[in-house]
Amino acid sequence: MSAKAAAMPASSARSPLAPWLFLSPFLICFGVFTVYPLIQAVLLSTQTTFGPGATRFVGANNFIALFRDPLFWKACSNTLVYTLGSIFIQLPLALGLALLLESPNLRGRSWLRLVLFSPSMVGVVFAAMMFGLIFEKRTGLLNQLLHGTLGIVGIEWDLDFGWLQQHVMLGLIVASLWMYVGFNMTFFAAALQNVRKDLVEAAIVDGAGPVSRFWNVTVPAIRPVAGFVVLMSVIGSFQLFELPYIMFSSSAGPDNRALTIVLYLFQNGFEVGDLGYATAIGWALAVILVGCTMVQRLLARGEEAAA
Amino acid sequence: MNLRFTRITAWLFTRSLLLLAVLITFIPFLWLVAASFKSNEEFFRSTFLPMREGSWAVDWSRLTFDAYQRLFVEVDFGRGLINSIFLSSVTGVLATLCCAMGGYALARFNFKGRGFCTALVLAAVLIPGPLLLAPGYQLLYNLGLLDSFAGLILPAIAPAFGVFLFRQAVLSGVPTDLLEAARIDGAGEWRTFMVVVLPLVRPMIGTFLMITFLGVWNNFIGPQVVLQSPDKFPLSVAVAELKRGYYSDYGLQMAGTVVSILPVMILFLLMQKDFVSGLAAGAVKG
Repeated sequence: MSAKAAAMPASSARSPLAPWLFLSPFLICFGVFTVYPLIQAVLLSTQTTFGPGATRFVGANNFIALFRDPLFWKACSNTLVYTLGSIFIQLPLALGLALLLESPNLRGRSWLRLVLFSPSMVGVVFAAMMFGLIFEKRTGLLNQLLHGTLGIVGIEWDLDFGWLQQHVMLGLIVASLWMYVGFNMTFFAAALQNVRKDLVEAAIVDGAGPVSRFWNVTVPAIRPVAGFVVLMSVIGSFQLFELPYIMFSSSAGPDNRALTIVLYLFQNGFEVGDLGYATAIGWALAVILVGCTMVQRLLARGEEAAA
Repeated sequence: MNLRFTRITAWLFTRSLLLLAVLITFIPFLWLVAASFKSNEEFFRSTFLPMREGSWAVDWSRLTFDAYQRLFVEVDFGRGLINSIFLSSVTGVLATLCCAMGGYALARFNFKGRGFCTALVLAAVLIPGPLLLAPGYQLLYNLGLLDSFAGLILPAIAPAFGVFLFRQAVLSGVPTDLLEAARIDGAGEWRTFMVVVLPLVRPMIGTFLMITFLGVWNNFIGPQVVLQSPDKFPLSVAVAELKRGYYSDYGLQMAGTVVSILPVMILFLLMQKDFVSGLAAGAVKG
């Protein structure tokens, strides 16, 4: 075999077309449905359109208008609040659950992991439907539970309390907690496998308490994965659309308080029919997200260099 | 004594928090299922299941299939179910094949342009989907693919991250020697791919098939933008239509949501081993 292999080195014996044939289905679809629209996105952002057919060149006007558009800034600030909420509430909870799952002699560990992960399999649309019904006045689960439990201690809870009207962002964040805490937990649980047992034991011998062990042994070990999870959460949160759109019945909520960047993009592109302005919003989103990715990579690289 | 006490406290603490987490995970869905079997007046009388007067026994006679009957007979929700199954499985299979072939080419062939293609794949992962929404819609309009399944399937079968995942799977799971041996035995390129490569990346096939299937099943913005005829709507859009058209009919909305979630949950339970381990492995390596 060695003689044959030497006589026919892999690269020369094989048809030079073979890799391209294997790549062709991907390259064709990718070229037509990703690269071409990406190039079109540059062009489209300089146009005003009335539906997909009628376009008019407007230069940089879309971007100038976007900067002066109070609704766009409202969408940005709503999205940012949601993103911060989901990072600072969601990720600590996810890490906490992952740590709880590490507790010694825990029976049914893999079953628990599975159960806690399962909500992330439910599509955002369906979770939005479910939480819309849960937050409903009178028939909703939340009001009925509060009415029932607070009733025991003699407090009359208003069954007609409008959660979706009063606490717009809360509704969104609660629904996203239900969907994604277990999902992020899975990543932290995998990262916790990187914690070196000998370091933990050495820390115990040195008399370090659980809190000190957490900060000095666990946190450094899971930091790379944590950075990745934060980035994923930011990217996902900034693209929030279905949750508010469905929960608030195809609208942006009372007084646009649930308006997000992608929801605003959708409204402009597919309700107003201005694909140009929608694409400008898309570029703003892309700049934010690529910027976040770059920052995370630089931070991760700096840390690797320091370590 | 003291040590024992702390141990018991820690045990109680961890177990009760985990129990709470499990309850919070289950209760919304259980409530939804229970409520979907209730009549409209029953919603106001009981939170979970209707109970017999003054006892803890469930009064099953007050439950009804009425919402499900209306869902499938009046609203023709079964159509949405079939559309979802069709779109998800066709896209899943095509995307898996497409990405496995592409990933194999990038991992195990030396050719001019390999570096460029790999860089392209890595860069494309950065493009946020919503940016391509409007230009993609315009493209489908120009191609005459609006309101067609092809307009949903074709753009979804070439996800860059899929090629990346399969490239990694081939690099770590398919030894070069084996490919060499197959070639010496006279197997052609396609045969080598089908008989040697695919079986070796089987775990990734399972994971990726599941990811794509779920992604299509749960995708709302794509079909919402591309499709116009109600008889083509998958469940995601059909369920949102229930909320628009039957906004005060909670039973119907609940039944529709249960029907949309249940198949995915069953599939997940059947395939969970491949899926969760694949995801976690990806996170650690990535």
